[in-house]
Amino acid sequence: MRYAETGYNLEIDLTHKSIERVVTDTLETELYLGGLGTSAKILWDRVQPEVEAFSPDNLLIFATGLLCGTPATGCNRTIVSTISPQTKLMAFSMMGGFWAPELKYAGYDKVILRGKSTKLVYLWINNDKVEIRDASHLKGKGAVETAELLRRELKEPEAQVAAIGLAGENRVYFASIEQGRSSASRGGIGAVMGDKGVKAIVVRGTKDLNIARPDEFMELSNEVLKYIKFRNENPIPGVMPILAGLGSPQEMKIHDEKWHTENFMWGNSRVRRKDFWTEEIAKQWAQTLDSMRTRLISCFNCPMTCGATISPPGRPTYMMKCFSKLTYTMAAFSDLEFGLGIAQSATEYGVDAFSTPQVMAFALELYENGILTDDDFPGMPSDNEGRFYWLLDRIVRREGIGNILANGTYWAAKEIGKGAEEYAHNNIKKHEQLPLKLSMLNPIYFLMYATGEKINITQIEGQFPQAPYSTREEKEAFVKDWFQVPDEKFKQYFLDWEPRGEKSMPFYPTIEMCCDIVDWQEKMHYIDDALGMCSGLSSFPLKPPYHIHNFPKFISAGTGIDMDEAKLTQAVKRYRTLVRAFNIRRGMRRKDEKPPENHWKKRFPELEKDLLDAYYKFKGWNNEGIPTKESLHELGLDYVIEDFQQRRILTDLDHVPSEETSAKEMDK
Amino acid sequence: MQGEKKKKIVKTIRIDVDKCNGCRACEMICSAFHATPKYSSNNPARSRIRLIRYSLRDIYLPVYAGEYTVAECAGRDKYMIDGKEYDECAFCRASCPSRDVFKEPDSGLPLKCDMCESDPTQEKPLCVQWCINDALIYEEREEETEEEVNKEELVIGLESLANKYGLHKIMDIVARMSESKKG
Repeated sequence: MRYAETGYNLEIDLTHKSIERVVTDTLETELYLGGLGTSAKILWDRVQPEVEAFSPDNLLIFATGLLCGTPATGCNRTIVSTISPQTKLMAFSMMGGFWAPELKYAGYDKVILRGKSTKLVYLWINNDKVEIRDASHLKGKGAVETAELLRRELKEPEAQVAAIGLAGENRVYFASIEQGRSSASRGGIGAVMGDKGVKAIVVRGTKDLNIARPDEFMELSNEVLKYIKFRNENPIPGVMPILAGLGSPQEMKIHDEKWHTENFMWGNSRVRRKDFWTEEIAKQWAQTLDSMRTRLISCFNCPMTCGATISPPGRPTYMMKCFSKLTYTMAAFSDLEFGLGIAQSATEYGVDAFSTPQVMAFALELYENGILTDDDFPGMPSDNEGRFYWLLDRIVRREGIGNILANGTYWAAKEIGKGAEEYAHNNIKKHEQLPLKLSMLNPIYFLMYATGEKINITQIEGQFPQAPYSTREEKEAFVKDWFQVPDEKFKQYFLDWEPRGEKSMPFYPTIEMCCDIVDWQEKMHYIDDALGMCSGLSSFPLKPPYHIHNFPKFISAGTGIDMDEAKLTQAVKRYRTLVRAFNIRRGMRRKDEKPPENHWKKRFPELEKDLLDAYYKFKGWNNEGIPTKESLHELGLDYVIEDFQQRRILTDLDHVPSEETSAKEMDK
Repeated sequence: MQGEKKKKIVKTIRIDVDKCNGCRACEMICSAFHATPKYSSNNPARSRIRLIRYSLRDIYLPVYAGEYTVAECAGRDKYMIDGKEYDECAFCRASCPSRDVFKEPDSGLPLKCDMCESDPTQEKPLCVQWCINDALIYEEREEETEEEVNKEELVIGLESLANKYGLHKIMDIVARMSESKKG
């Protein structure tokens, strides 16, 4: 018997309409855990570097995390991975909600889609019965609407639905996959789903999910629940409200948006409005949120209530969480009422709330600067808000200028030319980033931005405070019950860290310390992505209930696989390196690993070079960011060495060929 | 017959639907607690509490499994509360032929909430313990009840059975029942 996982994947060939239930290998679980880990292995084995995002040979993998569906609080994430049409690298985007546990209860760990359906279809997974069904009646329907229609059509109110909207159908490069209160938004995975001709995957499961050592597992789960209660009652002092507690940043709960509105950039990530948050605005926005928010809601088996049901006047109800609350508002220089309203359309269309507002603000900036003209915007309303709605419609329908904008700012700027590239200024690896422009280089964030392959800062950062405390007393109080650290040295790093003076940014934490900190932060996110744990209870907040010390115990008790900190650390390193290897094979190199040029005003090129050199070395990568033969061998990834040697990515001498053939391919 | 005064503990779960966040931890932990061996598996479809949830209509209604019934009701009720329309029979606790809830998904055997009575005793039912947002609150109170057999009801019941099936048949069955009890 298999524990915590079901031991089966569903392999669905959309071209030939075949459905197979495939037994998985327990050894793979031991080496790569589950979720992102085992998905990365499948992608490495089966998707060659020549395969484009919209090729039938591209896979679209819906993976449950290894512990999804177990009593471990907050373990409910679906990890979707494929080739991104935008970055042309591996995209792995996660969603919370209820879909992953339901798939486990239906008896599967993953749904692996290959090929393409010529007609729009949906998949109906009902325990052992799996069908590919006609979805022509759902063409053009909203993602939320689709879910409702399918539940009704199948008479299964408890079925969970992951669906795309019009944006996914039309292969918009930043299309999301929506699932009620959650969405997997980054990397354009919704476009790949649309390209495969799959409108939705509906799941209903009523089978048991087993635990290997129940008593042990429950003791761990109860401890976590107790600690969550403790943390809810004891927020961390000295940090801004959204960093004080657990969960996703509690954007649906809080009214005070001074920090976001005055520190994040407005428009096309351009303007900082330092005195924006007045009493009048605070009152108006609070009223808006209070009048539209009907309930705070959670994902499966989680008490955190990070999401909310939103009912904008005159529009259908939808569900929202986190920073999408403000992205549309701020891109359009508008107010919260506009932001919550347009987000309803955006959710039905199924688009990423980070990229989409920026793409629209980018278009309007090009218009204001004469690079795009009236001819590019026939029929566009003259009012600001109206323009955003109009642009959103053009983009998801790929009409006119929308057809170019639908590829994101990087590719759109290339196509538009005439200096438009200067305006696509907030990308990393061709993907739009949070609208942040800051004054002085932060060495920790520099490394995270540069080397992160999830290409989204909120999915890399966490654990370590974002800024030093000013007094010794505060620092000591903070480290006193900081048992989550993987090593005591992190406490010392924090104790010695000063807001100014010798031990301050950008030279403190030292390069070596930065490597330790970034590695720890990234490691915790990668563990979450394999286990299906929500980063809101683990890798993102300060002092989370899940950490490197209890995760191995959860895995052992849950799956029956022997696991300890060393073995878990090695496993994470293994699949993290495999993700990198996959991207290296697709041409990613050091030159791609950089934050937007204007992210910080004050840059330190030499320090940045030293940081990257040191971090690459620390990770077991060579100076181009390619995993070395030694580190690959140590992780048991000899098959990667072989492949790299065949492709002359690594030679026997571990010498890096200087020609950039593969790198050039990326810009094609 | 004179009724005897008896003390009994009334166990109540106060359900505050306004506080329900829809996470279904109650379903998960209920099914895990009732697994054999305890916690060895979980499966919300086996849970003795079910959350009726329609997020877009803001319906969040935890319902506990009550008694099994062989026959469905002659009529069914449908509630409208504060403009929200609830499912047919939504508030009913019975495991009944008219619907799938509160039945084991494989065998179809009925499920019933037992307030997690077990050895060792649980301080509160597990669903309450796991609902840290306090949508489910456990309350206990002592009540003194007079236990009396209502003879009149028994007479009326028997008479109606005799009318329907004939007195002989009823006597026959009673005789058989007492016979089998002896054996």
